[in-house]
Amino acid sequence: MSKLEGQIRIPSGCAISAVISKTGEKMTGEKIIESMIPMHERSNGLGGGFAGYGIYPEYKDFFALHIFFRDALSRKECEEYLKDKVEIVKQESIHVRKTPGIKDAPLIRRYFVAPMPCALAASQLDENEYIMRIVIQINTDIAGAYVFSSGKNMGIFKAVGYPEDVGRFYRLDEYEAYCWTAHGRYPTNTPGWWGGAHPFGLLDYSIVHNGEISSYDANRRFIEMFGYRCTLQTDTEVITYIADFLLRKQKLTLQEMASVIAAPFWSEIERKTDAEKEILAYFRTVYSSLLVTGPFSIILGFTGGLMALNDRLKLRSMVTAEKGDKVLIASEEAAIRAMEPDAENIAYPAGGEPVIVRLKEGAY
Amino acid sequence: MKINYLSPEFEVIRNEDRCIKCRLCVKQCANGVYTYDENKQTIVIDETNCVNCQRCVALCPTRALKVRKNDCGLRENGNWSENTIREIFKQAGSGGILLSSMGNPEKYPVYWDKILINASQVTNPSIDPLREPMETRVFLGKKPPSMVRKEDGSIDCSLPPQLKLDVPVMFAAMSYGSVSYNVHKSLAKAAQVLGTYYNSGEGGLHEDFYCYGENTVVQVASGRFGVHKNYLEAGAAIEIKMGQGAKPGIGGHLPGVKVGPDVSRTRMIPEGTDAISPAPHHDIYSIEDLRQLVISLKEATGYKKPIIVKVAAVHNIAAIASGIARSGADIIAIDGFRGGTGAAPTRIRDNVGIPIELALASVDRQLRDEGIRTNVSLIAGGSIRSSADVIKAIALGADACYIGTAALIALGCHLCRSCQKGKCNWGIATQVPELVERLDPEVGYQRLVNLITAWKREIKEMMGGMGINSIEALRGNRLMLRGVGLTQKELDILGIKHAGE
Repeated sequence: MSKLEGQIRIPSGCAISAVISKTGEKMTGEKIIESMIPMHERSNGLGGGFAGYGIYPEYKDFFALHIFFRDALSRKECEEYLKDKVEIVKQESIHVRKTPGIKDAPLIRRYFVAPMPCALAASQLDENEYIMRIVIQINTDIAGAYVFSSGKNMGIFKAVGYPEDVGRFYRLDEYEAYCWTAHGRYPTNTPGWWGGAHPFGLLDYSIVHNGEISSYDANRRFIEMFGYRCTLQTDTEVITYIADFLLRKQKLTLQEMASVIAAPFWSEIERKTDAEKEILAYFRTVYSSLLVTGPFSIILGFTGGLMALNDRLKLRSMVTAEKGDKVLIASEEAAIRAMEPDAENIAYPAGGEPVIVRLKEGAY
Repeated sequence: MKINYLSPEFEVIRNEDRCIKCRLCVKQCANGVYTYDENKQTIVIDETNCVNCQRCVALCPTRALKVRKNDCGLRENGNWSENTIREIFKQAGSGGILLSSMGNPEKYPVYWDKILINASQVTNPSIDPLREPMETRVFLGKKPPSMVRKEDGSIDCSLPPQLKLDVPVMFAAMSYGSVSYNVHKSLAKAAQVLGTYYNSGEGGLHEDFYCYGENTVVQVASGRFGVHKNYLEAGAAIEIKMGQGAKPGIGGHLPGVKVGPDVSRTRMIPEGTDAISPAPHHDIYSIEDLRQLVISLKEATGYKKPIIVKVAAVHNIAAIASGIARSGADIIAIDGFRGGTGAAPTRIRDNVGIPIELALASVDRQLRDEGIRTNVSLIAGGSIRSSADVIKAIALGADACYIGTAALIALGCHLCRSCQKGKCNWGIATQVPELVERLDPEVGYQRLVNLITAWKREIKEMMGGMGINSIEALRGNRLMLRGVGLTQKELDILGIKHAGE
């Protein structure tokens, strides 16, 4: 039997796309699905997925765990484990639509949970760290169970298949979000299961990524010192953990995080002002193991915004545009035009230059 | 007449047709292999003391000389090698411990040669170092566990002291005394030009070299030779030498003949006396004592200089390094069993310690498992022979490498492994003035600069091939390595996969 993704590392090429409304206006998943159609050739039917923000307003105070189960046994084991750790306020199967092209679906369930107060207090952790550790524990130790989404008021939907089929399968036309990101995957070999599809998420961070990073093992071995476990061996997974580590644990700003993972070259730093020089040199000294090299374009989704970033040599395409209160980002302009034919201010951000979009205050 | 059990190891062949009897060989050979017989008007050769350093061969203007292994050998024996028998002859004659120099030459596995490097194909692009920036700069030293913001929200950029290397290669410790003044001068000047560091070794720092302080690591060893306040303050970093790969567990011995006026002043010992470094530091009998010395040295220098602790790679190296990483030290230098020396007991050089590749891999893994890898930087030494070894060491987890033997070879060393005799014909491991002057430091430093510049170019080419444009993204990036012909156990220790996996 060939190995499942996670047991082996699979490089892949990709298509990414995103749309966000700065005023928090809700959009169904239809547009983002359409954006992936002109980029069909950038995927090969072996992975697609979406992340939507603001989709669970009625449960916005609870962590929404989306979990794949191989079978009833792994579900039982996982639920047994969760029972002592969290209060489950609602659980259900994620509704899907039978779609040609999407086969071998695992059990897909959704749990809205809150940490068990006494267990949380005993752990001496904050609730995010508490939930993160539960997610990593399940993904590392419970065979056949895999948490693929764990944020509040957001959700990731992914599968093996072409992205447009994946979107229809998950009935994304029935969800409304102020921000959508999407991913179509071109892995070099068969992933074997759905976990390796993108977006990849941890808490409310989600990442879609196009590229193959050459720094992978340096990044992985560094980040695993801080309690993360890269069970899938994908670039996206390690970038997600880096984002979580830098933003949530080290409390860097998005701009600062960009200066770490796509750090300017020393030759560029020399040309900056003394104050900038000091900070950039500090980052390159302290977080040198989190520099990400090799081609990537990523879109990081989070509550209230998103950030798009290219590697410092811009070895992958990425286009941005605006239309009204919306910002659109994609691997190709064609994808943007599929969402907004009259999109304006088409731009090609330089390597290492982050594009940060935030919702207006109170809009989410 | 006393029987000489030992036949000469080498045979010197002089081509009579080519020889012009210029007698350069007579002058050049400090071992007295050549003499000129005035009566017979010919050059007489006695190979008894020939060490095959190739000095005569290299300088003979008519290429009339050739040194080769003496084929008048003993009867072949699969169990008793000729070398083993010769050593017994020597010991039976002298009753002494056998002495040797430079690194372990025995046929143990060289893991570097069983590791292969990756390159990009199709799924991601390789990067051309001639077109794109390719960064080889690294900072050695302790990194803070988390970023701190000041009250106004700006980042507190203060850092523990760091060493900035423009290329991840440093010159390893070689003391003034074991090597010559001109060697030190060459190393110091090259380090300055290259933006890296050389290491004073345990013999103090000659007053002429204080001006290279910004590129100098000053060493504190068990003999404490030449250690005083100004010395500690002169360097960019201080290295505590706990051990040496060539002779783990023992100290050092510089014979009195090498302690001339200059060495005497630099080491702060009387002229002509033997300089003996004890096996342990007599104030360090355990890990908590090391911590006290680390802190003492920091106190003495105002916490402005990183402290390196150099240890020999021995069986329990991972646990030892873990202890050092918690001792307050900023950098750990690990010296593998192939590391060089100016003199070591042969049995120890050839039988004690473990390969740097395995030691480095274990230490890096242990420090990461314990989450303390950022407490220290790692320098790997003990036979780094080429830029490919540097790449492999960094991918296994080193921050930088030390080179000693390779640097000496650049200066002309031909690895005859006879440093302990003090008669180095190349002017390297000697204090004899007429031999010392054979190495011109102006030429020497340029050759070192050439070597490291060449390595740097090769490192960039290999990094570009892997699609990596900063050496930091290679550090610990073990997926970039594959083993060939290694057992699963060896692969597990190295933390790499087999080629084809």
